[in-house]
Amino acid sequence: MSNLRILVGVKRVIDYAVKVRVNRAQTGVEVANVKHSINPFDEIGVEEAIRIRERFAKAKSPTSVEIVAVSCGPPKSQEVLRTALAMGADRAIHVEYGKDNEQNTIEPLVVAKLFNEIVKKEQPGLVIMGKQAIDDDSGQCGQILAGLMDVSQATNVSKLDVEPMEAPKTLTTMCEIDGGMETLKCELPAVVTTDLRLNEPRFVSLPNLVKAKKKPINKLTPADLGIDIVSKLETLKVNEPPVRKAGIKVESVDELLDKLRNEAKVI
Amino acid sequence: MRNIYLNCVKRTEPVIRNPNFARSAKAGARLGFVTQKCNIHSVRNVTAFSKSGADSLRDDFCTKLRGLGAKNIQSRMMGHVVSQRDSRFKKLGKEDLDYFKSVLSESRVLVSKEMGGNADPTELDTFNTDWLSKYVGHSQVVLFPTSAQEVSKVLKYCNENTIAVCVQGGNTGLVGGSVPVFDEVVLSLSKMDKVRSLDKDSGALVCDAGCILESLDDYVGEFGFTMPIDLGAKGSCHIGGNVSTNAGGIRYLRYGSLHGSVLGLEVVLPDGTIINNLSTLRKDSTGYDIKQLFVGAEGTIGVVTGVSIATARRPTSVNVAVLGVNSYQDVKNTYIQSRKDLCEILSAFEFWDARCMDTVLTGFNTSNPLSGDYPFYVLIETSGSNDEHDEAVEKTMENGLVQDGTLAQGKTQISKMWSLREGIPTVLAQTGATYKYDISIPINQLYDIVHDTEVRLENAGIYKKDAAPSENYPVKSVNGYGHIGDGNLHLNIVADKFDDKITDLLEPFVYEWVENVAGSVSAEHGLGIMKPECLKYTKNDQIVSVMRNIKNMFDPNGIMNPYKYLPENK
Repeated sequence: MSNLRILVGVKRVIDYAVKVRVNRAQTGVEVANVKHSINPFDEIGVEEAIRIRERFAKAKSPTSVEIVAVSCGPPKSQEVLRTALAMGADRAIHVEYGKDNEQNTIEPLVVAKLFNEIVKKEQPGLVIMGKQAIDDDSGQCGQILAGLMDVSQATNVSKLDVEPMEAPKTLTTMCEIDGGMETLKCELPAVVTTDLRLNEPRFVSLPNLVKAKKKPINKLTPADLGIDIVSKLETLKVNEPPVRKAGIKVESVDELLDKLRNEAKVI
Repeated sequence: MRNIYLNCVKRTEPVIRNPNFARSAKAGARLGFVTQKCNIHSVRNVTAFSKSGADSLRDDFCTKLRGLGAKNIQSRMMGHVVSQRDSRFKKLGKEDLDYFKSVLSESRVLVSKEMGGNADPTELDTFNTDWLSKYVGHSQVVLFPTSAQEVSKVLKYCNENTIAVCVQGGNTGLVGGSVPVFDEVVLSLSKMDKVRSLDKDSGALVCDAGCILESLDDYVGEFGFTMPIDLGAKGSCHIGGNVSTNAGGIRYLRYGSLHGSVLGLEVVLPDGTIINNLSTLRKDSTGYDIKQLFVGAEGTIGVVTGVSIATARRPTSVNVAVLGVNSYQDVKNTYIQSRKDLCEILSAFEFWDARCMDTVLTGFNTSNPLSGDYPFYVLIETSGSNDEHDEAVEKTMENGLVQDGTLAQGKTQISKMWSLREGIPTVLAQTGATYKYDISIPINQLYDIVHDTEVRLENAGIYKKDAAPSENYPVKSVNGYGHIGDGNLHLNIVADKFDDKITDLLEPFVYEWVENVAGSVSAEHGLGIMKPECLKYTKNDQIVSVMRNIKNMFDPNGIMNPYKYLPENK
């Protein structure tokens, strides 16, 4: 009886539907009292891990699947770990760093290094991350991690297949490219980053939310993992894009012609 | 795609609205004229309306059209009970149009080609037809004022010349109150859409009556406020219309009635007097509160041109859960329990039955957020200031009343859940002709009327619950959903078409049932043209008599939205 451990990276970000505002100091966006939720691509990652487990169970595979959700961030990151647990993850790891309601200054390279330390401890067969976080849109973490781990990477994946067999050795992925689809076959362990059309995440049921409260969340600090958080990038300024000038409505064709001729001076 | 609206009226002839027709069929025209003008083989999507008494003419016409090869023909009976145009009202002539153009400017007077203007018949269709496509009028003129002064001049002129006026906002009303019955001039507020001011300390918003509700909510949202009402029609309805119909909606539970939220109004009376009562004060006890008369008056005693409304602070922590429940009693008990546990943060409590859920899931082609199907569904929304406190919704699972549930993770899931409830009216309307009853009943008996209606229709042989698709019963479904928190049920019966036989079985049965429990025949939809005759089931003669006095005081010539609101004085 072998075991496939899937590590899923999840990040707590400002909710996709919120209108963001630049903060007064112009160093970032306003985060205090703003609705946060799980990064949509990470949610898709959790859903995919659960579907892999369901497929294995349905095929009565000799391999059991364990899903571990991991998040790096301030104390409130626990909320998205609870979401992942409620969706079906077995346990979670929280690398606590930073303070709530403050700017997130952790960079992809640092996150990848933290994940790499966790990978060394957990020895997962597969790591799934979102292709990018919707707050910084870096899209680098999964790739850097694969480099640090020295394993294959399949990025922007919209279809994922792992054979439900004893100790699977490979996985097949498809991703959308200009003009078609690209199919990759990688050896496990591998890092996969999810794209939007991979799946549609399930709603979290209330009974599962209650059950999730009992699942363990293991807390660590970067020091525990022996990583020094050093920012190599400094944000100089953040400002909003220039306000788009409103158009005007004209009441008649004559007025339109008049404006084109005399104001815009194009005819 | 051509949509033909065919009006069959007793003692007159089919009037055809079609882009290919320049003018309607005149007196004496017969089917021959119609088939000559109309390229029958390319005709699709004909909806033939008939006022009562003209059904045989309508059916005859439809049969002939089908015989000639036209496709997709629906017959509907118009909901009107008025067959006679009041001859007191002046028929519009060129001098009237000239006056309107002098006051409003030519671009803001829409005149049909029949009356010498530029508008195709279809351009006027949107103003003449209500949202349900159940009520259709024949106005030839639509006016678009941009200020209270312009409204004043128009109304004064109409009052002096006894010209009937139909006031219109977003035209999303469900009782036919927003469309003309005959040829009343449509006074549309859609071009009066400016926000006048927002007091950022108190949250008092002053705006034109033609502002769209959703736009206002977006605007005040930027400053951390929220409108105190929210309804499915928010993308199209006007705040002036909401005020004039005393709209309810999904946040009633939390913010209460517009009678409480409206701080002031700017109204133009039928004789042209402009009443400026636009105050932004929260508290003002000085004399008779006249603005309250206009809240819910449905345009019958004056035109609302400006609204001052108290917005509320936008809650920062909103949670939504959808629950699956086994019976109506469980729905009711869950409500009572939620009231206790969630207390001040409960902001909405809606329910719907399995039939509605099936229809909406099919209509939107989406799957049930719960893992199973249940006889009843509940949507709970909490709005507060504190994230942790607000997860109390999980408590509702702990007492066994609720079988299954899901809590939204993020705003996208919140919208998806609300769209399941808000989409019910739209999707039901797509499945067939919908008889809608909006009633207030004591919460304990709320769902009993759905059962009783089903039994009545089954006994008449026109409906069978869970009938197979092959069995063709005229009534397709009986649905119940609504704002249980406010004791407000929306009873919807969907049939193949509006039919006198079905109407007679439902009315006055539904109204008498409601009267028996001392409920209201119109909880939030208002009276319009649909309900004046059933006002008596909720309000007694003395009250109606006082209402008539008020109407006569403000509108002695009866030009404002005639034929509607109050029953005919016999």
